[in-house]
Amino acid sequence: MGKTRAIVITGNGTNCEMEAAHACRLSGFDDTVIAHISDILSGDTTLDDFHFLNLTGGFLDGDDLGSAKAQANRLKNADVSETGEKLVEQFLRFIKGGKLIMGVCNGFQLMVKMGMLPAFEGNYLQQRVTLTHNDCGRFQDRWVYLMIDPDSPCIYTKGSGKGIYLPVRHGEGKFICDTSETLLGIESEHLSVFKYTDGEYSSPATDFPENPNGSENSIAGLCDPTGRVLGLMPHPEAFVHYTQHPRWTRERLPAEGDGLILYRNAAIYARENLV
Amino acid sequence: MLERVETALKNDIRDARGERLRREIEHFLHLPVSRVRTIDVYTVDADISHDELEKGASGPFSDPVIQRWSIGEPAALICAGSDCSCPDFDFAVEVGFRPGVTDNVGRTAREALEYLTGRRFCGGEGVYYSVQYLIKGDIAFADVERIATGLLCNTLIQRYSILTSSAFAERRGFPPFAPKVVSGAHHAAKVREIDLDVPDDELLRISREGVLALSLEEMKIIQAYFRDPGVISERGRYGLGPKPTDVELECLAQTWSEHCKHKIFSATVQYEDENGKREEIRSLFRSFIQRATRDVREKLGERDFCLSVFKDNAGVIKFNDRYSLVFKVETHNSPSALDPYGGALTGIVGVNRDPFGTGQGAKLIFNTDVFCFADPFYSGSLPSRLLHPRRIYEGVVEGVEHGGNKSGIPTINGSIVFDERFCGKPLVFCGTAGIMPAELNGRPGHEKSIMPGDLIVMTGGRIGKDGIHGATFSSEELNENSPVTAVQIGDPITQKRMFDFLIRARDRGLYRFITDNGAGGLSSSIGEMAGECGGCRIDISKAPLKYPGLDPWEILISEAQERMSLAVPPENIDEFLSMAERFGVEATVLGHFTDSGMFHVMYGERTVALLPISFMHEGLPPMRIPAKWEITRHDEPVIESLEDYTKELAALLGSLNICSKESVVRRYDHEVQGGSVVKPFTGAANDGPSDAAVVRPLLDSFEGVVTAHGISPRYSDIDTWHMTTNAVDEAMRNYVAVGGSLDLVAGLDNFCWCDPVVSAKTPDGAFKMAQLVRSNKALYEICLAYNLPLISGKDSMKNDFYDGETKISIPPTLLFSVIGKIDDARKAVTMDVKLPGDIVYILGETADELGGSEYLALHGYVGNSVPKVDAESAYRRYRAYGRCVSAALVASCHDLSDGGFAVAAAESAFAGGYGMKLDISALPWKGDYDGRSDAALLFSESASRHLVTIHPENRSEFEAAMKGSAFAVAGVVTEETELVITGLSGRVIVRSSLTELKRAWQRTLGDL
Repeated sequence: MGKTRAIVITGNGTNCEMEAAHACRLSGFDDTVIAHISDILSGDTTLDDFHFLNLTGGFLDGDDLGSAKAQANRLKNADVSETGEKLVEQFLRFIKGGKLIMGVCNGFQLMVKMGMLPAFEGNYLQQRVTLTHNDCGRFQDRWVYLMIDPDSPCIYTKGSGKGIYLPVRHGEGKFICDTSETLLGIESEHLSVFKYTDGEYSSPATDFPENPNGSENSIAGLCDPTGRVLGLMPHPEAFVHYTQHPRWTRERLPAEGDGLILYRNAAIYARENLV
Repeated sequence: MLERVETALKNDIRDARGERLRREIEHFLHLPVSRVRTIDVYTVDADISHDELEKGASGPFSDPVIQRWSIGEPAALICAGSDCSCPDFDFAVEVGFRPGVTDNVGRTAREALEYLTGRRFCGGEGVYYSVQYLIKGDIAFADVERIATGLLCNTLIQRYSILTSSAFAERRGFPPFAPKVVSGAHHAAKVREIDLDVPDDELLRISREGVLALSLEEMKIIQAYFRDPGVISERGRYGLGPKPTDVELECLAQTWSEHCKHKIFSATVQYEDENGKREEIRSLFRSFIQRATRDVREKLGERDFCLSVFKDNAGVIKFNDRYSLVFKVETHNSPSALDPYGGALTGIVGVNRDPFGTGQGAKLIFNTDVFCFADPFYSGSLPSRLLHPRRIYEGVVEGVEHGGNKSGIPTINGSIVFDERFCGKPLVFCGTAGIMPAELNGRPGHEKSIMPGDLIVMTGGRIGKDGIHGATFSSEELNENSPVTAVQIGDPITQKRMFDFLIRARDRGLYRFITDNGAGGLSSSIGEMAGECGGCRIDISKAPLKYPGLDPWEILISEAQERMSLAVPPENIDEFLSMAERFGVEATVLGHFTDSGMFHVMYGERTVALLPISFMHEGLPPMRIPAKWEITRHDEPVIESLEDYTKELAALLGSLNICSKESVVRRYDHEVQGGSVVKPFTGAANDGPSDAAVVRPLLDSFEGVVTAHGISPRYSDIDTWHMTTNAVDEAMRNYVAVGGSLDLVAGLDNFCWCDPVVSAKTPDGAFKMAQLVRSNKALYEICLAYNLPLISGKDSMKNDFYDGETKISIPPTLLFSVIGKIDDARKAVTMDVKLPGDIVYILGETADELGGSEYLALHGYVGNSVPKVDAESAYRRYRAYGRCVSAALVASCHDLSDGGFAVAAAESAFAGGYGMKLDISALPWKGDYDGRSDAALLFSESASRHLVTIHPENRSEFEAAMKGSAFAVAGVVTEETELVITGLSGRVIVRSSLTELKRAWQRTLGDL
């Protein structure tokens, strides 16, 4: 049987490549590669050789034109050396090949601004939603409770119970749709995988700090209709071991952190479907 | 063409940036503004078609979900919906950068257009960013001026224009304007010769007017050098006259600046103590700091863990057999006083380059920051040129936020200290630690070398006029004429790209030596590198410039940010340069290293500077500085004893120095890189203040790095000796509290002083110098007692403000930082109480030491009975406590510092969500029983104490382990969420719900 292979793209201001790669390794991918964007643009590394693509947190180009805007432009317009192909074509081929993409924080911002989510009717290049400045007007590093839609097609959340607890670390995480139809479409197709909630995971949270940014419908994460392309603002790679939990010295916690299940499901999916 | 592209939020989208400004205008300027909307403006000055510009506007420049865009038409005048009745504002203000100031958004916008068009912009083309504010409110034009200069922009680096709405409509908005540097492409690079054969007062004028910050004695040394016939004839051979060039004079001024040379710390000091006993101290640095490290290392013997101290950009210690730790803490006070945002941002990204440029290079693992400010709520008047403390606070906090977060380095530890004198100069300490392989390319990772023939390569950002005279200007007091070029904006993304590239170049062994371009620019970095191998020949006409028109001296000393200098062996240069290009990083060969003994600078074919390395680095004899110590007596405070201290406790919890800093800390990413173990905030609601930070830099290992700090400038008003020992002890007790190991811990000293050299401006210099001497003596003593080697440090000696009338000197301040290890991070201890029924212990003795305390400050006193550290007994107790942590006996531990026992107890209780019943008569007391009062027991800040809770089943084991140390049971953790403290009389003297205590603690800075 072939090897399951994960890739983490870095460069131009991504920050979380190390811990994202660590999460991939812990969760059972046979190979995990951190590739600088220049390795991909030069053609030395191609996405075709991988099954799970990680777009991680960071400040792509300083978020200078709005979060991840400049990188979205780069990915759409940059050519891969010597192949004559646009990088975006590699992305689309990756998705059409039934493979997995997870974007976290800045990676999620990049995905929505490229138009990869929510990807109604298989259109992965049409922007319908955005992530913008938190209502509080400030960057926030704090932990949030997330309820999970059990009816979502998302392949990453299988068996994750009623919810998970993860940190958010962003200044632009407020989720907004272009129209109410888009929001309706997202909800009716169960694409809003994660919603900010309270400590009991009882109902979506509307107010700060439970909903840290004022997102519409408390949406913290979104998948495409296939369930294989996922983006979320909170950081699953930041909670893979109990010592990362803010209260680990006072609560009895399992050894594994809540975030790891997303990577485990990806690894299982890749093993069962992609190699 | 020159064209404006504007993007505005759609009308139904909340403008968080505008709302925040509206609140600030109301809060600070008390002006009735009902709405502020913001528009982003990109002024494109390039040969680009309208079609391409439209693609840019609709693509990277705007977000179609929330924004609309326009080209050449003011967005403010375009109706977005039928319900819109624009222009719905009274004034428009537009703020952009002045020419030459780093414009990060403009740069990213330019790159975006380059990707879009597939064409690189050529010289002179660019994109310039500005922000337009549409203000609605019943205010006058003059009010808008106040808003513009008081909140929206810093006129040192930014420009603004104001239009009323009618003028705006009439003129169709602001005209397009590109803030280019216009010194002209045809500017011929000038080299001036300076005649030093002049009288003394003329020498001084040359120094003063050139911002050289050289003293008469130093000018005369230079004068003498250039009179030497041997020197004159040698210069003749290179086409140089007998007079120094401006390049040479500037280069010496940088190299010999207080900032670079630490002249005060290397001076010969004539010290006289309070009894008239005299001694001569040859270099405080060698006598106390270096000697402390040497003596501690000798004591440690085979257990010595220091690898590289005081010689590189940062100190290096062992972490384990495979990795070494690197740590450096810097200050960026003077730039932060002028432009808080830019100053602090360059402070943090600047200190990043220190560990990165240490040894063969280190990966950065965390940042720390400590700020000293005046009261942000200050409402009195201020001397001109001084910014309001609130603006300093906002700007510095935001600068460090952007610098740290965007660099992907977690900010894990810090504090904010308040004292009114910091309005003269704020202190902005930024620290960065890194980790490097113990062995790299077949040699120790912390070692590097240069061979003659190696190429001089500069990487990263380009050189501009920004940051000229940073080193010399910070070697003077802040005054009316402080140069604006010393202010600059950092660019974390350019630096991050460079680091991504250089780490890979390091691992491939492509370079032999790396160092940072900081103060003094190339003159400093290449000057120091040339010292390694004995010379260099550099052609600065090859250096890439941000814009034309710089003279050679400016290129040499510019402190433009985000640059590293390297020595690359010729055989590796092709691979090095092609890899740089792939990573989008600029790298330029400027020359080569030699063994000629000369710092030889060319501009094209012409020699513009020729200085012996030995003269640059050793040509300066030590200064001679007098120091005379006198004991200061303050009024003995009259504090009446009270029946109940609950209100006093609440007031202390709400005081600026004690209150929660969570509103700042949450703006800093403290978890990126995934190794966070003890976070800045902890406890049942994630809001209790941690004593120290623990991170795991290697995610597949449980070995942790622990960092903490101590700082206590208030005690300097009584005696800098005790200011120093308390700062070191505070750092150590914080470090020990979370479980840091005493077998592997090192210190860093950052001295921030007011000018201690006697002069007309500083008549009390001898006393200030004596304060520095005592501080150094104390530092030596306590480091020996704590087996604490000093591995790196920095001093900033001119923290005064003087405008000819008002002089403000900061209190002498030592920030002491420690870095060390916890073998198993899973054993780390946090400060929140864990379970009802747990036993509360106090470790250490309390004394009548309210002098300099927050409690006395609350009552308007300083006092005299400053806390004194008994380091030997403290060290034994810390060891015993450490064994308890290793045996997993400790449920919680919190250090006692500002506010003493009562504050620590309140914090531990409300963090854990359980109450405490405590009896202060149980506290071990030191000294005369006359001074043993409720107030002293509650609020005295006696050093080396911890408040510890233990599960009852661990009681006997814990007590056995602590045997021989001063400790006692002080009470118990309770289910009732109330803090109850019984006084000496047996009556309850503090009773308060945790909710109220926490509210008092959180309220003060909660909204900032």
